[in-house]
Amino acid sequence: MTASSGPLANRRVFLKGAGLVALIGLGNAVLHAASVYAATNDNKYPDDAFKQKNAGDAIKALYGRDHEASDKIKLDAPEIAENGGVVPIAVTTTLPNVTSISFIVAENPNALAASYKIPEGTVPAVANRLKMAKTSSVIALVESGGKLYSATKEVKVTVGGCGG
Amino acid sequence: MASSIRVRAILNGDITEVQTLIQHPMDTGLVKDAKGEIIPAHYIQQITFTHKDKTVFLADWGTAVSKDPYVKFGFKGAAKGDELKVSWVDNKGATDSLTATIQ
Repeated sequence: MTASSGPLANRRVFLKGAGLVALIGLGNAVLHAASVYAATNDNKYPDDAFKQKNAGDAIKALYGRDHEASDKIKLDAPEIAENGGVVPIAVTTTLPNVTSISFIVAENPNALAASYKIPEGTVPAVANRLKMAKTSSVIALVESGGKLYSATKEVKVTVGGCGG
Repeated sequence: MASSIRVRAILNGDITEVQTLIQHPMDTGLVKDAKGEIIPAHYIQQITFTHKDKTVFLADWGTAVSKDPYVKFGFKGAAKGDELKVSWVDNKGATDSLTATIQ
């Protein structure tokens, strides 16, 4: 691992709600805090968001706000995935001013799968392939005009993508 | 060594459609090998697509992106013959990049 492997205990302390100021003494953890706060503003890798176990914490770490369902997001995913190792998932949206699109697989060991920045001039649509450990809801998050919208779909997995 | 990246960027109307395939194990760090030892996490964290010094698409990936990742997106403002640079970095600090010509 690279510099991203900070002491886990410190990070937990941070997540339990200490403000940024309280963190200055925590050395390594400050880097992580900075990356979280900057996630929506620049191109830093959102390490903390990817380390969260469940969907709610991952969304909070990545966006810091709630999301609401929107019928302007089209989430394309199979009803049944025979191979959880390669599940084609795509999203398109008619929402305006999209700045990012993210994919959450709620039942995976780490819920956040992928997050994409959509600069101005880039079409708000992404297709990718994700691993799914087991049957799970897949959430597509679309950040549009400073708000967070979502579409959710249940995907049944017959053979999990975690191997082992 | 051949590049780990394969890109196809095709101008269709005013939108350049970009399909990318990268060779990478994308190990999660949760899987054991035949001897029962954990295979350490090894995955691409970021890919950047740059057109004329402007980032047109940025992907942040976790371990849940499939092995040999695929991603597709589209952007406006490019012309045929323009260059599109693709580069990735993984959690071990390895990188690769490729410059493709938009067709």
